[in-house]
Amino acid sequence: MTIEIKCNFVLLKAMKTEEEYQNKTTPTIAQSVNESCYHCGEVCPDLSFQDEDRCFCCQGCLTVYHLLNDNHLGQYYELNQQAGINLRKEHRDNKFAYLDNEQVMQKIIKYQEGNAAHVVFHIPKIHCSSCIYLLEHLPKILKGAIRTDIQFLKREAKIIFDTSQVSLRELVEFLTSLGYEPHLSLQQLDEKQTSSDKTLIYKLGVAGFAFGNIMLLSLPEYFSAGINEDKVVGVYFKYITLILSLPVFFYSATEFFTSAYKGLKHKHLNIDFGVALAIILTFGRSLYEVFFLGQGGYFDSMSGIVFWMLVGRVLQQKSYQHISFKRSYTDYFPISATKIIDGKEVPTPLPDLVEGDVLLIHNQELIPADGYLLEGDGQIDYSFVTGESLPVNKNKNELLYAGGKQLGQALKIRLAKEVETSYLTSLWSEGSNKHVEEERESQSFVQILAKYFTWIVLGISFFAATYWMVVGVPDKAWRALTSVLIVACPCALLLTATFTDGYFIRILSKNGFFLRKATLIEFIGKINHIVFDKTGTLTSAADMQAIFVGDALSQEDVQMVLSLAKPSTHTFVKPVQKLYIEETISLFPVHQFKESPGLGIEGMINGVHLKAGVLGFFEEFKDFDIQVDGTALFVAKDGKLLGYYLLRQGLREGVSELFKDLQDEAYDLSLLTGDYNFEAAYLKKEIGTDVEMRFEQLPQDKLSYIKSMQSQEVLVAMVGDGLNDAGALSKSDLGICVVEEMENFSPAGDAILDAKKLSTLSSILQFAKKHKKVIHLAFAFSLVYNLIGIYFAVQGLLSPLIAAILMPFSTLTIVLITYISSGIYAKKFRLLR
Amino acid sequence: MGVMVILLGVSLTIALCFLGAFIWSVRTGQFEDDYSPAHQILFDDQPLKSTTEVKESLNTESENKSKQ
Repeated sequence: MTIEIKCNFVLLKAMKTEEEYQNKTTPTIAQSVNESCYHCGEVCPDLSFQDEDRCFCCQGCLTVYHLLNDNHLGQYYELNQQAGINLRKEHRDNKFAYLDNEQVMQKIIKYQEGNAAHVVFHIPKIHCSSCIYLLEHLPKILKGAIRTDIQFLKREAKIIFDTSQVSLRELVEFLTSLGYEPHLSLQQLDEKQTSSDKTLIYKLGVAGFAFGNIMLLSLPEYFSAGINEDKVVGVYFKYITLILSLPVFFYSATEFFTSAYKGLKHKHLNIDFGVALAIILTFGRSLYEVFFLGQGGYFDSMSGIVFWMLVGRVLQQKSYQHISFKRSYTDYFPISATKIIDGKEVPTPLPDLVEGDVLLIHNQELIPADGYLLEGDGQIDYSFVTGESLPVNKNKNELLYAGGKQLGQALKIRLAKEVETSYLTSLWSEGSNKHVEEERESQSFVQILAKYFTWIVLGISFFAATYWMVVGVPDKAWRALTSVLIVACPCALLLTATFTDGYFIRILSKNGFFLRKATLIEFIGKINHIVFDKTGTLTSAADMQAIFVGDALSQEDVQMVLSLAKPSTHTFVKPVQKLYIEETISLFPVHQFKESPGLGIEGMINGVHLKAGVLGFFEEFKDFDIQVDGTALFVAKDGKLLGYYLLRQGLREGVSELFKDLQDEAYDLSLLTGDYNFEAAYLKKEIGTDVEMRFEQLPQDKLSYIKSMQSQEVLVAMVGDGLNDAGALSKSDLGICVVEEMENFSPAGDAILDAKKLSTLSSILQFAKKHKKVIHLAFAFSLVYNLIGIYFAVQGLLSPLIAAILMPFSTLTIVLITYISSGIYAKKFRLLR
Repeated sequence: MGVMVILLGVSLTIALCFLGAFIWSVRTGQFEDDYSPAHQILFDDQPLKSTTEVKESLNTESENKSKQ
């Protein structure tokens, strides 16, 4: 997966001319008029934070700038301009207090040697070379930090620090103050993270080494048929090839042995069984030939088989190294919550929370378990759960579901359930369908074929052996038996599958579609019903649209609203600004600007008090009974209501075309949404009337809808994004999660689709359907090679030379056929240029 | 023909060296991140301490402390 690099790379230092250099380090006055923050590039609301002629958007950015400058780390700003991370978001003082908890500390610190503690943090904010520069120079600015190593692609920082000088909490707090807040989640308490598995690579390396050398040593044997070779050297060669093949057999090939053994334990012959059988037989017969017949054996063919098979496996594994599909809610939940015991705030790890506990939920904190609101004004952002980005107003004694984020002042809640039994978290685990997967896998074309193939090959070899026995040539019988199995091993079949799968997955992932398992590709072709979630999946918060409801605003009022909106970062603001984007409007200065998180903004403009926000923000209208279809942003001038902006999420680009394409392809489509049906007419216009639409669907309803479909023998794909789709996604036959950014949250599913590529879903599905055709074609070719091999083998005539020629040739043709034909299909569906 | 045997040994030794180098490079994670090393080279600052130096510096620090 390619990482988008958001920073502009400043050219290599060496290429910089003196003049350019001057410009960069000492901006002229003309540049400083530019109001963007020197640290993070955000717009500076005013000029109150300045250092010499550089302007900053907030105190946080200015502090980091001073810190870096004082420690001679100014290169941070030279590598990438405005590389910093915005620090306007304030963190409360004791946010990381739980890191002083001994238990929590032990789980997070990987290992400790004396005072040197090793931790690995996932830091999602790492985005450019400046970040690497700063973090790797951490020891310079933080006393006690010893060394940091950055894994850029994984966004990981490995930090060694001296516990006698700096505590874990202080370290995390320092990183947070720089803008690099580590992602600490509940998952870290659960399990020890395993480092990436490299054994397959080692096995491949060993097999490659042995294969190459054995081939080299076998060359004289290939060409010396009939010629009297040097006896002594020949013996050396034989034994050296034998020794070289040992690590292949006992180390590299174990991959197939264990897989075959697992298959046998579940009482089915999987494809690896045939491979394992062929490897064992080839090895056994070669040993016999070397020790008893004085011949060379088939060590070259055996190590070749193992090598090519491992290449296929590694390619397949490599496609999605950086995307984790094993996501669960623990990955997104915090480690601890603030519990109130006798009026005191105590940070408590999540697993220790029980029903009836009273928790304090601060601004921007996640509600860890279902609970009733005791105190405070709830403005809950459920975007994590539903994909809806506008906060929901909750009053006292209302039930708050886990997964929501509080915006605004702190809340007190009493837990109604524990973390693990909460509504949404239990949904998450409900749909786990492991045995369905195994069943699905054993139904795949290649697996079924492999089963028959193995039986057919076994049949042919026994038939040939009995024939030679009856004819009275027992020596040939034994040779025919083994050589049929050697030459007709289902390697070609397995290679076809692995290479085709691998290449398809590569093409799909280039198009922003990441499959959890290669075996799913074939399955995509069988899907006949697609269910979509609306909010966050078909719509996006970035495409939010606003319409004004009420008496039309005067030009001056519009000017005032936009002036007020300018310094705010609230999600409401952008769509309102977009509404007036075509008009050129001059802005007024705003005084006494105040932003209440999650509620709204207010300020004095031209001596008039202007206020904009959700209804809960207006104390004076508390008793108003205004029914609004959706979310509204109210505007009041000097306490008089002017009207409101109605906000709704717009459909993503290309969605209506997508629905048309999918209907042309004869898919049945449905749309499930938790929203009220006030948008029904709009949706019908955009995506067509043939789509079944269901409104006001709870997560449980979505799940049961999928179940009811499945009971009618329909194979359902679910396309969703939020935690409220989690149950439906894992229950469906193919769960596709739509995500804005790969690093972001997504529920567990079978595939991840980049939200920007949603419009290509139809081509992706059609392309995946062609997978079967490619496999058939490649398999037909490999069958020809197999028949040639069997022709020699049944007669007991298979020489190591023929085996050695057939093997690489069949592999090469298969690889070529796979690449060319899938390339043609990809181009046909415009997935490849 | 004796020379063949010597050459055989030499070629195998060289091949083994390469295998060793491959395993070493995988083990030390040289294929895991191809982004940061390419940019680190542009940072003009003194190199960071290696792990052995880290240990030494820790030891001296703890010695200093015990002296105090």
